[in-house]
Amino acid sequence: MDITVNILLTIATAATPLLIAAIGELVVERSGVLNLGVEGMMIMGAVGGFGAGYLTGSPWIGLLAAIAMGAVFSLLFAVMTLSLATNQVATGLSLTLLGLGLSGMIGTSFVGQPGVRLPNLDIPGLSSIPVVGKLLFGQDPIFYISIALTAAVMWFLFKTRTGLTLRSIGDSHASAHALGIKVIRYRYLSVIFGGACAGLAGGHLSLVYTPQWVENMSAGRGWIALALVVFASWRPWRVLAGAYIFGAVWIGQLHAQAFGIPVPSQMLSSLPYLATVVVLVLISRNKRLTMMNTPASLGQPFVPDR
Amino acid sequence: MSANHDGANLLEVRGLTKIFGTLTACDHIDLNIAKGEIHALLGENGAGKSTLVKMLFGSLEPNSGEIFWNGQAVRITSPGAAKKLGIGMVFQHFSLFEALTAAENIALSLDDGSPISSIAAKARALSYSYGLPLDPDSLVGDLSVGERQRIEIIRCLLQTPQLIIMDEPTSVLTPQEADKLFETLERLRAEGKSILYISHRLEEVKRICDRATVLRHGKVVGHCNPREETAASLARMMVGNEVQAVVRAPVEGIETAQPLLEIRGLSRKPATPFSIPLRNITLNVRAGEVIGIAGVAGNGQGEFFESVSGEVLQQDAASVRIRGKDAGGLTITGRRLLGAAFVPEERLGHGAAPRMKLSENLLLSRHATDGKVFVGTGGMVKSGAVYAASQRIIEAMDVRKSAPDPEAAALSGGNLQKFIVGRELDRRPSVMVVNQPTWGVDAGAAANIRQALIELSRSGSAVLVISQDLDELFEMSDAIAVMHNGELSKPMPIAEATFEKVGLLMGGAEPGHAEHTLETA
Repeated sequence: MDITVNILLTIATAATPLLIAAIGELVVERSGVLNLGVEGMMIMGAVGGFGAGYLTGSPWIGLLAAIAMGAVFSLLFAVMTLSLATNQVATGLSLTLLGLGLSGMIGTSFVGQPGVRLPNLDIPGLSSIPVVGKLLFGQDPIFYISIALTAAVMWFLFKTRTGLTLRSIGDSHASAHALGIKVIRYRYLSVIFGGACAGLAGGHLSLVYTPQWVENMSAGRGWIALALVVFASWRPWRVLAGAYIFGAVWIGQLHAQAFGIPVPSQMLSSLPYLATVVVLVLISRNKRLTMMNTPASLGQPFVPDR
Repeated sequence: MSANHDGANLLEVRGLTKIFGTLTACDHIDLNIAKGEIHALLGENGAGKSTLVKMLFGSLEPNSGEIFWNGQAVRITSPGAAKKLGIGMVFQHFSLFEALTAAENIALSLDDGSPISSIAAKARALSYSYGLPLDPDSLVGDLSVGERQRIEIIRCLLQTPQLIIMDEPTSVLTPQEADKLFETLERLRAEGKSILYISHRLEEVKRICDRATVLRHGKVVGHCNPREETAASLARMMVGNEVQAVVRAPVEGIETAQPLLEIRGLSRKPATPFSIPLRNITLNVRAGEVIGIAGVAGNGQGEFFESVSGEVLQQDAASVRIRGKDAGGLTITGRRLLGAAFVPEERLGHGAAPRMKLSENLLLSRHATDGKVFVGTGGMVKSGAVYAASQRIIEAMDVRKSAPDPEAAALSGGNLQKFIVGRELDRRPSVMVVNQPTWGVDAGAAANIRQALIELSRSGSAVLVISQDLDELFEMSDAIAVMHNGELSKPMPIAEATFEKVGLLMGGAEPGHAEHTLETA
């Protein structure tokens, strides 16, 4: 029983950073902006979070620093693509490259230093209930934030007027502009929200997952988050499902490798990617729904004519 | 024009100027709109109509000039500011969001924050009271163009504007839908609202507008009362000179002529969730005749053209036959080699490569059919021959250009269209299929293109014209068929065809029904 609970907990820990980064990127892409810099913002969040936690000794300050780092870094992308109308793909890619390099430089003195870890939730009585206690009331704070964030984004996008406006901008920025909607302002806020989420996801890596600083510790998670958004056809609950499927198969194959199952390890390592893609493609079979949810102006620079 | 500040004018515009680079799109425009009038803004494509209304609606900023609203000088800095003043706009190119419902689309343009459900109820009530029934919960992507325009109108009316700007509102409507719109406009006028009505359809301007301002090359060239003018005199004001009438001689013995283009039971599944399937289309175009295909935009004309031209291959090779040979499985080049020629709707990026020279564009479409002429031994291009041929076309079609062999994108829309049509005509194709031959082309050039197509048919070719412009089809065609929801009606000989009959078919009704109500959504 304990083994099962432990496996479930590691799955949640593996899925959480993917979920947070992907939910942030989902909002960005719903507004019609394609930010390929998730990986870069994530690693900046990780180094910022670790550094602030290490220097102050407070993991909570580290958490705030991770969020701020991601948001500030995304602002660079926003200024380039929204105000200067540069190519979003190229700018996003360079943001990732910049983030990977810059974080390595910032983090040279952090390598090998002991970090601080965010404490798990511990509610006397509740957290010690067998099985469910640990799963529901004994995880790290970012896990709860990720679930709340998903629900909040779902409610925001589909139940509020502001969310409707955001989706309309993603569908056609020209039409939105013609109606007098402030396209650029919405996109700025979306990009910064996405950056903050990516930063938080990075903070999860360096403050919860492995509380230390290792260069390139995001290890491609930003790219997986990006792919999740597309394969989940821009629907929040599907992103959640995708992140957890990925996490589950990831942990599963690690255990399988540890047991020495006679399958080449490369095959096993590729399983999470395959499984996630297959499942999400299957649930996105409805072409019509996919079409409706795809932001039609995704990636197109917007320059209002005056 | 003397200034009038007594308040009778709702809107006054003086000396409004907009310059794009070296082009003066609007040059010191003066315009007065009184309360409770329908004011027409007339002009050819490129005369500056759209630029002017964009400045009135705040989406463009004028370089100079003044706007007075109820006698007060105002600056309209954004569409939001225009809405606050009481200016509403019904756009020509719809400003709707396809992936959202009608009610959500309407909610987006209202700033009052009321819940979607109450907006939906209001929209439904208003739409029925104006006789423009609307289902607020339907997805815009699923709606016909006419229905989409209803959303635009209802959305505009819900903002209770005093001035409504309508940009070419009838270009996508059937004649019956247009009648309905005119009733709505007259009712709005009776309620004291003013309407700025932009159109190049002179008959409807004569019918509903109280005054007209005519633009040419960015300047106001006259004000008039359209009811006292004739369509010909209005056209003269717009174009600046007489427009030659198109001549179409009757054809003899067409019944026995050889069909050169045969469409047999052509069907196609919808390519995307929002597109139209083709349903068992059958049509023969014989040597010597022009067949017109009418229809409201988005009823499958684009899909039909793709299937006939070979941009999309057919499963059933016999569903498209060119000069008696099965061509359904052939590519565009294969069909061209059988003697067919095609002019797609979109000029830049489809009919021509924008950044390539006219001679290069000529080679692109004709290297296979005229390989011997244009391509020499070892696949080397004979650029001299290509250049000479392009100059021949430019001369024959009177293409106006700034350089001897300019890039396609450097030409105005009308001139590029003349070149693209001329490029195909120059081959003397035995089958010619043209989609929207004169869309956005000025009246003089349009008459030339139509005449050239009629002459091609009279020299023994089969010509198929797809168009949304009914006047054009009645001018050119020997028979008119109507496409509705992916189905094609039987061609109606031009002698029997009337606007009303064709209009009914465009709206989806069976011919012969006198009564016609708008389909309730």
